[in-house]
Amino acid sequence: MRYLPLNTNDRTAMLDVVGVKSIDDLFDDVPMSARLDGLIDLPTRKTESEVDAELTALAGRNRAAGAGPFFIGGGAYRHHIPATVDHLIQRSEFLTAYTPYQPEISQGTLQTLFEFQTQVAMLTGMDVANASMYDGSTACGEAVLMACRAKRRKKAYIASGVHPHYSATTQGLCQYLDIDLDVAVCAPGKDADVLQNLDKETAAIVVQSPNVFGEIVDLTPYAEAAHAVGALLIAVFTEPVALGAIQSPGEMGADIVVGEGQSIGVGLNFGGPYVGLFACRQKLVRQMPGRVCGETVDADGKRGYVLTLSTREQHIRREKATSNICTNSGLCTLAFSIHMSLLGEAGLRQLAMINHEKACQLADMLCALDGVELVTDTFFNEFTLRLAKPAREVVHKMVEHNVLGGLAASRLMDGQDDLLIVTATETNSEADMRAFTKALEEALS
Amino acid sequence: MMSQGRPTTPHTSDAVGHETVSGNKALAQRELLIFEIGTPRRTGIDFPELKNTPSRLGGVERTQEIGLPGLSEPEVMRHYVRLSQKNYAIDLGVYPLGSCTMKHNPRLNEKMARLPGFADLHPLQPHSTVQGALELMGDLAHWILTLTGMPAVALSPKAGAHGELCGMMAIRAALDAKGADHKRRVLVPESAHGTNPATAVQCGFSIDSIPATEDGRVDMDALKAKLGDDVAGIMLTNPNTCGLFERDIIEIADLIHGVGGYFYCDGANFNALVGRVRPGDLGIDAMHLNLHKTFSTPHGGGGPGSGPTVLSDALAPYAPVPRVESQDGVWHLVENVEDADGESFGRMTAFHGQMGMFVRALSYMLSHGSDGLKQATEDAVLNANYVQAALSDVMTPAFSGTCMHEALFDDRFLKDTGVETLDFAKAMIDEGYHPMTMYFPLVVHGAMLIEPTESESKAELDRFIAVMRSLAVKAVSGEVEMFKAAPIYAPLRRLDETRAARKPVLKWTPSEG
Amino acid sequence: MKYTQDHEWIKVDGDIATIGISVHAAKALGDIVFVELPEAEAELEKGDDAAVVESVKAASEVYAPLSGVVIAGNEALEDAPETVNADPEGEGWFFKMTITDASELDDMMDAAAYKEFLESLD
Repeated sequence: MRYLPLNTNDRTAMLDVVGVKSIDDLFDDVPMSARLDGLIDLPTRKTESEVDAELTALAGRNRAAGAGPFFIGGGAYRHHIPATVDHLIQRSEFLTAYTPYQPEISQGTLQTLFEFQTQVAMLTGMDVANASMYDGSTACGEAVLMACRAKRRKKAYIASGVHPHYSATTQGLCQYLDIDLDVAVCAPGKDADVLQNLDKETAAIVVQSPNVFGEIVDLTPYAEAAHAVGALLIAVFTEPVALGAIQSPGEMGADIVVGEGQSIGVGLNFGGPYVGLFACRQKLVRQMPGRVCGETVDADGKRGYVLTLSTREQHIRREKATSNICTNSGLCTLAFSIHMSLLGEAGLRQLAMINHEKACQLADMLCALDGVELVTDTFFNEFTLRLAKPAREVVHKMVEHNVLGGLAASRLMDGQDDLLIVTATETNSEADMRAFTKALEEALS
Repeated sequence: MMSQGRPTTPHTSDAVGHETVSGNKALAQRELLIFEIGTPRRTGIDFPELKNTPSRLGGVERTQEIGLPGLSEPEVMRHYVRLSQKNYAIDLGVYPLGSCTMKHNPRLNEKMARLPGFADLHPLQPHSTVQGALELMGDLAHWILTLTGMPAVALSPKAGAHGELCGMMAIRAALDAKGADHKRRVLVPESAHGTNPATAVQCGFSIDSIPATEDGRVDMDALKAKLGDDVAGIMLTNPNTCGLFERDIIEIADLIHGVGGYFYCDGANFNALVGRVRPGDLGIDAMHLNLHKTFSTPHGGGGPGSGPTVLSDALAPYAPVPRVESQDGVWHLVENVEDADGESFGRMTAFHGQMGMFVRALSYMLSHGSDGLKQATEDAVLNANYVQAALSDVMTPAFSGTCMHEALFDDRFLKDTGVETLDFAKAMIDEGYHPMTMYFPLVVHGAMLIEPTESESKAELDRFIAVMRSLAVKAVSGEVEMFKAAPIYAPLRRLDETRAARKPVLKWTPSEG
Repeated sequence: MKYTQDHEWIKVDGDIATIGISVHAAKALGDIVFVELPEAEAELEKGDDAAVVESVKAASEVYAPLSGVVIAGNEALEDAPETVNADPEGEGWFFKMTITDASELDDMMDAAAYKEFLESLD
């Protein structure tokens, strides 16, 4: 077996040193009834070329997003990732290192985490950020738990524009914890309804911008209303590129900002791995879940970095920890950070405006068709259309023309059968947009 | 009040060698932060011109500066290559971090995960366009179920701790379905990973700790004494965190089931069992797998992981969505609770789990096959026992007898030497090794948990053993200063963790630069 | 000065008790980096979690040794938690509270008994 260095002679010599006759003796503690005889019924070893062929064949049975016109968003976005990013994250020293528990020989990972935290704090307009969560949805759930801890209150409200999978993940996380979580029915233009619920027992309200339909929400009135009753505003985003074009949630008064970082540096990957971004105000830092990297000095006074504030975490605090999270999205934070270093503020703003212009152009092209109406007056790179036919049916018809033309809202939520959520990014060419327009026209006819 | 204190403020001592003018030391290049190198106006990416069409951003256009620095591509390349050289890695040397399973990461797996037919798929594409990806998830599930001998698996958990949450939420849902709202106590051995109690509490349970026996296993008398009608279940790692197989595991399962509770097995150490023992034959109800441990998806400096969780027939109806199913050779995802069979407890993450890790893990499984996986398990156990046997006369094994995939030592051999476990670990760094897991499990004083994995050759282990033996002898013979000063050859010397925690500096600020 | 088996000390001044952790506890924890104090006016039952004291690698609860109402926390510890290491049984006090039931003090050890208790732990 190509991955196993020991040979038969080694094994014999080593068993001798251990002082046992056979390998079976090392499994003596296994109860008789659970000892297996022979091999488990699965195929035996394969050569590298055999595995390559088998998996390549499976991959070939999928329609890659880049293999034709593609306009799906809904929480995961297709952007161009510079080749530098994937090259660097595959360096052995990043790829095959563990969590940086020994800081003297982990400064590479630790410094990149410190840089990542700073980038996330800058992007979101927050004081501090952690070293990542699994994805945007779990970050959202953890934010609600954190708000309830910090405010010592048990009620939270999720606005109608929050991605339904984020709401469901949050509900899952809260369901056994005596937290009264109210999720508004998902619908466009209804975010403000959440404000009717606020009272002195509310720990937080959760509002997404751009929301799941693509609408841009001015968070300022939500922050003011939350703060008026002593509650926190949790701001959510699924498209970090948008923050290059619109005000940061921090600027608009959010207390905790969570979101999906996938767009920057991380591919679509059929849903994972992704990278959850988590940032908050300084005064909440000790309630934060997850790992945090901090600056310090070594014995010679040189600047260095360590994991810190660990007493919040499960390996020390056990049942009193702020979260059970251990492994997070290490390598994806690195990819995010490298891509963001290449972009810089100037590049991010440019990228954001290109996305926005593409989306504006596409919206105009599609809305010129009969039976298509724009639902979202404001948007960044994602907008929602009302179609004259059920959107699911239309999506499937467009597949026949090799066009992945948006996302039927009904895949994410009940009702809203006629809504189609469409995304355009810098990766979409004029030809793609024309192909989409033509396919939509035919599907609706 | 409790504490097993250890020094977190380093001793200062004279610097070794001389400082260079540049701050570099040959190949070891000093590297500033990106904020000190780049500027917000520079970018390393070329873009097409904007058309400057009117915006529809709704009046909340960004006006404030963000401050994010940009770097040109060559600057970025150098920055991260220099930083990478300050990291230890499994590709560089022995990384015997107990409980973490730092085994070789085959590059075929990386190549497969990057095939556009997997990497460039959107999670919400129509099912008809992702049949190969869904089939891969189905194949992975089949391998997992066959290896564990269990009837059902939830693929979506994003890491081990998330898998624990999946299993414990299924247990809570099953109890709720029975109206058993008095069952809220979960038994957790003292040696458990910290994630276990933290997870149980997130499901509304309370923790009751079970002590270990002299031989490092669950104290059966103490366990029996703690049984009662209010017991929801037990969370037990097997092999446990002392690297020992829980001999009484079937009886434990029977006892827990006898009071109407469920058995959660922490599968972090399943790499010691693959191909030799099926957890399904041990009476467990739920267990997560760490694909990034047992099936060698890279740790990436702290993730991403992947924590598929197997479930018994009793818990399967409560599995989370989405679920992958096939009918007449056509694959689809069940994405909503209402569409799922049984009474799913809900959703754990935005999409279907760590597809990138699924591809890597299946590539690893296919490469090994049932014979290679069994051999890998046996080699891992043999390597650990070889290290334990070869060190047992100069270091102090925490328990007598053979171990499974990791060898646990305590600090008795350092008694009265002035050298502590931490110092010993730091001395290993100077010798070119990543230290073992230290101060865990908590049931052993000054614990040193060594997991060599199957990836080490005998020659590499012999060199490691020789170094460990020499260090043990040096400690006993009074060379305390060497240990206290270590490491001196690492990119940095000991870091002041006290300072980091007292006055946390968690981001760069301009005033500092 | 009275002591508890949880290594806390209580100094009584009329109706008011000042509470902190013992020299032994401060030493065992190592370098203290953070202290979370109870809020003024918090009502505590004997045995409730009242404060948390953290070193880099450990966190310990400080329990209310008595039932009563918190009067004030030692805010100086927020910026200078190292005071607990420097002077645990003086400047490093944690909080002051009212005494509701003076008989709760009866079970506690005096300095000599606490010293004996510590010796019994070795």
